[in-house]
Amino acid sequence: MSDLLLSVLRIAFLITLWWFVFTVISVIRRDLQAPRDAKPLTPARSSNGPSPRPSLRSRKGTTKLVITQGVLEGTVIPLGTSPITIGRASDATVVLEDDFVSTQHARLTPNGTHWIVEDAGSTNGTWINNARVTSPTVLQQGEVLRIGRTSLELRS
Amino acid sequence: MTDLARRYRVSTRRSAELALIIGAWLLGVFAWILVDGATSNSSLGGWTSLISAGVLMLVTHTIIRWQAPYADPIIFPVAAALNLFGLAMIHRLDVSAAQRAAANETAAPTPDVYLQIMWMAVGLVLLMVVLFIVEDHRQLQRITWISGLVGIILLFLPLLPGLGSTVNGARLWIHIGGLTFQPGELAKVSLTIFFAGFLVVRRHTLALVQTKILGVGVPRPRDIGPLLAMWLFALLVLILERDLGTSLLFFGVFIVMLYVATGRRSWVLIGSGLLVVSGFLAYRAFGHVQIRFDVWLHPFADANGNGYQIVQSLFGFANGGLFGTGWGQGYPDLVPFAKTDFITSALGEELGLTGITALLLLYVILIERGARAAVATRDPFGGLLAIGLTTVLALQTFIVIGGVTRLIPLTGLTTPFLSYGGSSLVANYIILGLLLRISNAARRPEITMSTEMIEVNQ
Repeated sequence: MSDLLLSVLRIAFLITLWWFVFTVISVIRRDLQAPRDAKPLTPARSSNGPSPRPSLRSRKGTTKLVITQGVLEGTVIPLGTSPITIGRASDATVVLEDDFVSTQHARLTPNGTHWIVEDAGSTNGTWINNARVTSPTVLQQGEVLRIGRTSLELRS
Repeated sequence: MTDLARRYRVSTRRSAELALIIGAWLLGVFAWILVDGATSNSSLGGWTSLISAGVLMLVTHTIIRWQAPYADPIIFPVAAALNLFGLAMIHRLDVSAAQRAAANETAAPTPDVYLQIMWMAVGLVLLMVVLFIVEDHRQLQRITWISGLVGIILLFLPLLPGLGSTVNGARLWIHIGGLTFQPGELAKVSLTIFFAGFLVVRRHTLALVQTKILGVGVPRPRDIGPLLAMWLFALLVLILERDLGTSLLFFGVFIVMLYVATGRRSWVLIGSGLLVVSGFLAYRAFGHVQIRFDVWLHPFADANGNGYQIVQSLFGFANGGLFGTGWGQGYPDLVPFAKTDFITSALGEELGLTGITALLLLYVILIERGARAAVATRDPFGGLLAIGLTTVLALQTFIVIGGVTRLIPLTGLTTPFLSYGGSSLVANYIILGLLLRISNAARRPEITMSTEMIEVNQ
């Protein structure tokens, strides 16, 4: 082979090598995002503006928690009067096997007319409509509760 | 299993793995063609080797699809890519050895690359065997103590007269028939299984803290037993087999696993203290350790004697520069042991900083995927085992590449997947098989929870 061809191929090899490395990295990236790609997250209601006061109607209406996205998609958790714990621990009410979920991740407590979401000191946070839950917050029907790669909603 | 994946819409990402395997193989072929082009070598034997390596990789991929469908899609292709670069470099060094023999009018040495491909085949077959036999990594916890015993036997097998032999000052090899094998490489796997099984039972006791000194909790003195035993064991390996690398590797892996199991930084401090003490003792007691240190600190003081190897290696890196000389166009054969310990400097010379950085990134990715499997595993034993096996690969890479680039004193170890050496390649593929098995368990969607279970809790 001629010298010119060899030096062109030498650079071409290095470019291909780096291209391979970046392909591997992009596979890792897609691996992390896979569930989100499947169904983009669209909040049902804008998180701007103050939340309307919960009415008696919503208390009556709220009977179940539905997992709308994630490994357990489609699972329906009937709601009673006792609190619901969400986490990776086997004794949680809803066990989410997800790297992004902490052992004790979040708690849902009934309070008279509505359900209150609290973060139980999770690493990656609990989110309502893309806003991080920092203090106990009321979860309205139609709002998306996001924990790790799982999305949950209250339904009537 | 794939049916389940479809129902829960969990992507197994096996096709991404296949694409990466094909990409890795094409890169290997590219490298091989460049070697033959630059050295004007006819590549008739090359194609059969390359195609058999490719077929082996595809077969392994098929078995992974079948036996571990949720396994990490990155681990195997990255390791295979490193292995193929290693093959290309070994082939390149074979070619220059043959050309030099022709110039000196001596008989050409037998090429090593075919033997290495044979070992690659053995390694991949064992990887598949691991996937078949170990259906669930938790089975391995049951053989904790047997595994520890087997590890010790394997490690000290070369000491038996008649069976073992001393090569380059270290007594690590055994001869069976016409083959030589380094049983210590397999001991890496079985001792890691032992450490994981042992530490998972004791981790709560070992994490107990009695007093705090400078904000760091100090473990109870009576719990220091296992660490001291491990330290003595590592010293014994150093004294009896004269092998600094293996001794350092085992002790390092144990400290990392102890830290992961207990989460106590004080263990790392105590371990590092013991390491410094043993390093000092070894420096005073052994001539070969002393030479290693002196060469590390002042390589150019004896550039044609003891420092020859490391100085040639540094010259190689310098000759390579930013973009390298190109495959087959440097002089990596001037470094003694270029195929084994010094393959990184050979690649550094011909691929330059740009190429060696990419290779190091591949190692980083491989180690990250192993650690990720460890974090995601649901049971503590699996997590500890995965982190231990990953640490074996990581520490080995660090120790050998650090030594070749004169970051740390040089100790004889092989570069995982890259170096010439059958025992090491086979052991690393077994480690890969176990990591795939654990990552399969970690990434498999959990389906044990039924709706009944929730209703009880309401």
